[in-house]
Amino acid sequence: MSASIQLSQRHHHNEGSGMTATSLTSSQAAAGRAGDKVFSGATLAAGCLILAVLFGVALFLVVQAIPALTAPASEIQGGEGFFAYIWPIVIGTLIAALIALIIATPVSIGVALFISHFAPRQLASGLGYVIDLLAAIPSVVYGAWGAAFLAPQISPAYNWLAENMGWLPIFAGPASATGKTILTAGIVLSVMVIPIITSLSREIFLQTPKLHEEAALALGATRWEMIKMAVLPFARPGIISAIMLGLGRALGETMAVALVLSSGALTASLIQSGNQTIAAEIALNFPEASGLKVSTLIAAGLILFVITLAVNMLARWIISRHKEFSGAN
Amino acid sequence: MTSTLTPVRKRSALTKGQLPKAAPYIVLASALILGAAILALIGFNAFGWGLVSAILFTIGLVGWSAGVEGARKAQDKLATCLVVGAFLLALLPLISVIWTVLANGIPGLVTPGFLSSSMNGVTGVYDNRAVEDGTPVLGGIYHALMGTIQITLLATVISVPVGLLTAIYLVEYGNDGKLARAITFFVDVMTGIPSIVAGLFAAAFFFAIVGPGTKTGAVAAVALSVLMIPVVVRSAEEMLKIVPNELREAAYALGVRKWRTILKVVIPTAISGIASGVTLAIARVIGETAPILVTAGFATSINSNVFGGWMASLPTFIYTQILNPTSPSNPDPSTQRAWGAALVLIILVMVLNLASRLIAKAFAPKTGR
Repeated sequence: MSASIQLSQRHHHNEGSGMTATSLTSSQAAAGRAGDKVFSGATLAAGCLILAVLFGVALFLVVQAIPALTAPASEIQGGEGFFAYIWPIVIGTLIAALIALIIATPVSIGVALFISHFAPRQLASGLGYVIDLLAAIPSVVYGAWGAAFLAPQISPAYNWLAENMGWLPIFAGPASATGKTILTAGIVLSVMVIPIITSLSREIFLQTPKLHEEAALALGATRWEMIKMAVLPFARPGIISAIMLGLGRALGETMAVALVLSSGALTASLIQSGNQTIAAEIALNFPEASGLKVSTLIAAGLILFVITLAVNMLARWIISRHKEFSGAN
Repeated sequence: MTSTLTPVRKRSALTKGQLPKAAPYIVLASALILGAAILALIGFNAFGWGLVSAILFTIGLVGWSAGVEGARKAQDKLATCLVVGAFLLALLPLISVIWTVLANGIPGLVTPGFLSSSMNGVTGVYDNRAVEDGTPVLGGIYHALMGTIQITLLATVISVPVGLLTAIYLVEYGNDGKLARAITFFVDVMTGIPSIVAGLFAAAFFFAIVGPGTKTGAVAAVALSVLMIPVVVRSAEEMLKIVPNELREAAYALGVRKWRTILKVVIPTAISGIASGVTLAIARVIGETAPILVTAGFATSINSNVFGGWMASLPTFIYTQILNPTSPSNPDPSTQRAWGAALVLIILVMVLNLASRLIAKAFAPKTGR
């Protein structure tokens, strides 16, 4: 008995637990049980904290946005109420994101196919890493690149478009002399979206059941026919959700637009200065804002949050549904 | 019997109608020459040459293939050309960005005192003098570098425990229950929160708790944590999942408690992956501009207190130097400083990315027997 007490005391010393016990087994069990409880409690708390944070994001944005939503129309910037203020920049956000997706989608799917089915096996992972580098470059650097390099380079093309395609409303002249237009911003956004769509579609392409691919090839299909028959039908839901995740990124991207676009009122022409996105509007005005202006900008942020949340949840839902039905496991 | 065999033909019926092996190279060479000739007529530039040659190559190869091999093979060639073209097109901006930053950033970076001085007291007068009299450009990024390091460090200290514990809950305790599935779903959703909304949340949170207009490094760290936690959770979860169940069961069989098993067996096995995931998460948030802009403001002098006063950071430094140059009449010195800072930022991000790969390699559990 005495030996057992001694042992248990030494054990106490080692464990550093403050429990009093008389036998080795019960002390160990008590310390262990307490440790289990504390640890599982901590992990549960951390998980719940994440849910609380997401809920808190919505709650605090709503609370801080209420003054702008209830204020008299004349006090909001522009003097015509919050919704007159917000809708042009919502449309601007959608235009920029749409341009980005139109450019990024075909390129990304091509790149993903190249890495998964065309590139030599030894090169594939290295090439994937190179594309991932695109995602590693900070957005402010893209913004600086777009403003300092891309905009001046591309402005002759805008002049050409204005002269030759000016009858289309989206290419109505006169083209911006600096090239700082929503089309340039959309191009920069597309560069930032490409790595996202690429990496997700690449994953899906690689999951295509090998038997389907081999069956198609064995029937004499060329590589492209095999991709059309086996890979693309299998990957369609995955591609759609990848595009939607890219859309979420393009909608919320701030710096590229804030630095590249010389903003203004809503215009149909993509090659004149004008238009604005929600994120850039917030970034440009928030540092100097005070009072009701802060509320207005937070309300704008709330709307951006709701839009991106809806897009992301839809994308995740498609992915999760796809997981259950695919035979890729 | 053998004498009746006809001599082997060069091409059997099965391999008839194929392009020669050298076909792509022949077409490429002629496309390059033809492209150069066309460009010489309308004014030569490298980008245009590449573009015209690529189009000519595609037309040439697909046309030749359609003539010799038939429509199906030609379609296959066309698809291959387009896919390779997409990849080359995606590389263009990467090369262009890195080239632009290197070319513009090196003059800023090698200016004496760029890394060791702040912008405190550097006014437009000095910038005007630098342009007009050719004196060296004053001012540097020391304050911004320190701010970035402090804010990112604080964000890491907040996010890593929360993210890691959540991942442990999901893998070890969640049992794929309702709560675990809800957390997984919302962590995925959280990855898609626009960075500026995360910044607005932190700002709104501190405005409500501390008082309107609260802008400090700590607020920015909270904003970055919102962006960082989901990344940490996802990567740690993946890593914990691939720890073999046999290891856990062996520990349980020896009578080891679950929490000790997790701390002493599961996490050490997965630590390389977790560490590399955390490094990647740091690399992701260190370049975030928008959330810091709305939460920490921008300062021109060194502020070593994360909990009080506006704080500079590298991304916001680049942003303000480009958008609001120190001397509006002579923006060149500001632009030079901005590109220098951009180069430093890119180097930081690349080093972190590289470090994450090295960590994953160096600490990977030894699997050899």
